[in-house]
Amino acid sequence: MGRSKIIGKKKLVRKIDIFDFSSERSEESNSIFKSFDYVQKTQNENKMKTFIKIYFLFLFIITFRQAKLEAKEIIIDKSGKITSIKQALRMCQDGDRLLIKKGYYKEYDIEINKRVQITGEGMPVVDAEFKSGLFHIKADEVRIEGLIIKNSGMSFVTEYAGIKIDSANNCVIRGNKILYNYFAIYIAYGSDCMIENNIISGRKSKSETTSGNGIHLWYCKNITIVNNKISNQRDGIYLEFSENSTIEDNISEDNLRYGLHFMFSHRCVYKGNTFRRNVGGVAVMYTKHVHMYNNKFENNWGPASYGLLLKDITDSEIKNNLFHENSSAIYLENSARLKIDDNNFIDNGWAVKIKSNSMDNEFTKNNFVDNTFDVATGSIKNHVIFNKNFWSKYTGYDLNHDGIGDVPYKPVGLFSAIIENNSPAMMLLRSLFIQILEVAEKVVPTITPVDLEDAQPLIKSVR
Amino acid sequence: MIKIEGINKSFGKLHILKDINLEIENGKTTAIIGPNGSGKTTLIKIVLGLMESDSGKIFVNEINIKKGVGYKNLIGSMPQIARFPENLRVGELLEMIKDLRSRKNGVDKELFELFKLEQEINKKLGALSGGTRQRVNAALAFLFNPDILILDEPTAGLDPISSSALKDKILKEQRNGKTIVITSHILSDIEELAENIVFILEGKIIYSGTVKALIEEKGKRNLERTIASLMESNGNEHNS
Amino acid sequence: MNTILKIIKYELRDVIRSKWILIYFAFLFMITEGMFQFSGSSSKVLLSMINIVLILIPIITISYGIIYMYSSREFTEMLLAQPINRKTLFTGLYSGLALPLSIAYIVGIGIPFIFHGVEENTQIPILSILLLSGIALTFVFTSLAVLISLSSDDKVKGLGIGIFVWLFMAVVYDGALLFGSYLLSEYPLEKPMVGMTMLNPIDLARVLLMLKFDISALMGYTGAIFKKFFGSPIGMLFSTAMLLLWIIVPYQIAKRIFVRKDF
Repeated sequence: MGRSKIIGKKKLVRKIDIFDFSSERSEESNSIFKSFDYVQKTQNENKMKTFIKIYFLFLFIITFRQAKLEAKEIIIDKSGKITSIKQALRMCQDGDRLLIKKGYYKEYDIEINKRVQITGEGMPVVDAEFKSGLFHIKADEVRIEGLIIKNSGMSFVTEYAGIKIDSANNCVIRGNKILYNYFAIYIAYGSDCMIENNIISGRKSKSETTSGNGIHLWYCKNITIVNNKISNQRDGIYLEFSENSTIEDNISEDNLRYGLHFMFSHRCVYKGNTFRRNVGGVAVMYTKHVHMYNNKFENNWGPASYGLLLKDITDSEIKNNLFHENSSAIYLENSARLKIDDNNFIDNGWAVKIKSNSMDNEFTKNNFVDNTFDVATGSIKNHVIFNKNFWSKYTGYDLNHDGIGDVPYKPVGLFSAIIENNSPAMMLLRSLFIQILEVAEKVVPTITPVDLEDAQPLIKSVR
Repeated sequence: MIKIEGINKSFGKLHILKDINLEIENGKTTAIIGPNGSGKTTLIKIVLGLMESDSGKIFVNEINIKKGVGYKNLIGSMPQIARFPENLRVGELLEMIKDLRSRKNGVDKELFELFKLEQEINKKLGALSGGTRQRVNAALAFLFNPDILILDEPTAGLDPISSSALKDKILKEQRNGKTIVITSHILSDIEELAENIVFILEGKIIYSGTVKALIEEKGKRNLERTIASLMESNGNEHNS
Repeated sequence: MNTILKIIKYELRDVIRSKWILIYFAFLFMITEGMFQFSGSSSKVLLSMINIVLILIPIITISYGIIYMYSSREFTEMLLAQPINRKTLFTGLYSGLALPLSIAYIVGIGIPFIFHGVEENTQIPILSILLLSGIALTFVFTSLAVLISLSSDDKVKGLGIGIFVWLFMAVVYDGALLFGSYLLSEYPLEKPMVGMTMLNPIDLARVLLMLKFDISALMGYTGAIFKKFFGSPIGMLFSTAMLLLWIIVPYQIAKRIFVRKDF
């Protein structure tokens, strides 16, 4: 035993993965193990390290299991005794399980202040008919699974949400369809929660103000957001003042503003997500220790769109991501000590735009393929390092066959430098004159005004 | 009848035709002669509508040629240099011109047969030899049995057999009462073919009348000597 | 009208026989097909086609047009001796030149696209604007070629003027625009730029194409202004009208010259 907190959490994730929540039978048979997990997790947090403590743990588990065996299952059914969720919640106690049978439940402002588990059977619908918010969780260890939660109200004053978690820990939201709400999942002051396998889609609103965020975290810790599909919200995933969270394998697309948006949310990990066709792309700001791996940033195309906008980001890693068809793949402003390695930049308008207030950022072993412009900088001098990248526009040679071009590559072209100071000239893009200029630049590299260069450009693309 | 009234034509500073007045009689053959650059071909091109005069009027059968292009149906013409669309075949060219003209006088293929052009019918015009081109050129002028024939240097570039065949054809059409205008450097041809003669020198008509009268007037042996003396005297006039 | 059709018919036969038009067709076909082989996706091919339309069509049309006009002098002279109205003949000559060039372009580009397929919703509008602007440029540069060849009887001089006109529109004009915008960079230049674009048919076609490809997203504020103008009905009307003017004005001048010309 004696594992660290994070390992414990991982184990929890793995175990839950095994469960098939759509099947009632397996659900019942596994409920005991599940509670075991919770207990184990609580104990992990208590940082028990000694064998004696484990012994006590066993005693505790046995006691708890006996208590759990006495926990009730309350069935909510339109044709049964209990016909509303609210009614069931009034009756239940901590540890009870509420099973909602297939049906249409017109309810809103469902406040949960007991440690209960709410499970839908055959995807029952809970509809707020645009009156207010739906689930409002105020207790720890609440689980909501297998529901269709839809039509929350919209307000400029209150953040109505499909599921709102308020100062609660260890909650699980899994396998729901959360549709046409103002906010879909809203967590304030929560920790150690798990949001998994949900399908979230907002109302197809045209305005950012009448649409809330898909998953919204505010002052949260240790939240795991896995394998959700989010669309048509304002921001797909939004984090503010939320730390140590993991955002993995989600798809966030067609949102009105950003696919992912975070501020002041340090030490979070973003892995294997896909952010595509969002009006603004992805914007991250004022954050340290961001880790972004294996994400896809695709088709974030528009005059004010970015694949990834980094503003005031420091000490972070961006690795193995794919940037495809974004108007600007990465936009860097006032950011420092970023390691940007092994990414693919393909078919973007600009692969990288860097404002001159950015310092000590390193681009290594990236592939820059068929971008209209590779790099744009605000000034002639720049404190950014490009080394050993592959550039599809590179036409140099490699006499000693070490895989590294013998002439440096200058990623900021003359035209790119011109339009930086003279934006109307942009309308000459793809004109023959500019193409001749680019050929001239290859023949006479000294006419390129910007010093920035990749001293060791690769001859072949990485991987 | 072709009536030419007060025609002037300049190319830049060069005054090519100076107030030309001329009547070409119906049913007769008129030769227009003069040294190179005297304006013969220009005059013919103006009549054919290939060039436009600076001033003056031309009537073909009493109709002003500026009124419309219909008069060209009456004329068969043979330009000095045969210029054909290179990629068309001989047969296609015939079809095309047939297609574009009214054919009230029917089609006269005599010259085609005389020139043995039937065997060239599938050749491209660009591939023809100079002589064959000229034969096609001549045959085209006669093809639609026109009332008026305008032939610019018709015998130039033809072999003797073709040349005499063409002259025979011209004489035959003369007898049919066609109005024929002909230019040539070969004065013996003109003596043989033409009844009337117009002599142009430096854009002016020096003489207009019958060939016979001209020779008699100058008292020379033949047309060549007559023209030579005519040119000499005019040259002297100019110089004095 | 009937005569025009007849003239077009015979000229078409002449043009097609002259092989150049077939070479042009084969060239376009091979380039388009080659792009499909190399890049694979039809969206990339469409993007590369911008260069074909904007660079190749004008230079090939204007030089071929001029050369053809000079070499078809015989044809013209022969037809002028026939009872054919000069205006009719001119229309026939012009169409006989512009139509096969357009057809070679449409077929040369079209076949590979039909063969490899296009995405109906997104790419058909792009492909059609590509074809339309290519045809428009073919007509514009045919008009210019005809005008140039009728203005000068010297073949070499005519070809020289043609290449210069192309060079001016394709390169020099844009260079001047760039230089001008650099000199006047303190002023808001977006709207004058719209105006200047309208004056050059190559630029106009390029901007229309780029807007269709949504490259305007890269152009920031300039792009927004361009998109707003050219995307509006008035903008579409203006740009169509400008392209038509570029076709009609040189055409009419050339026609006047042709009607009065000495052959």
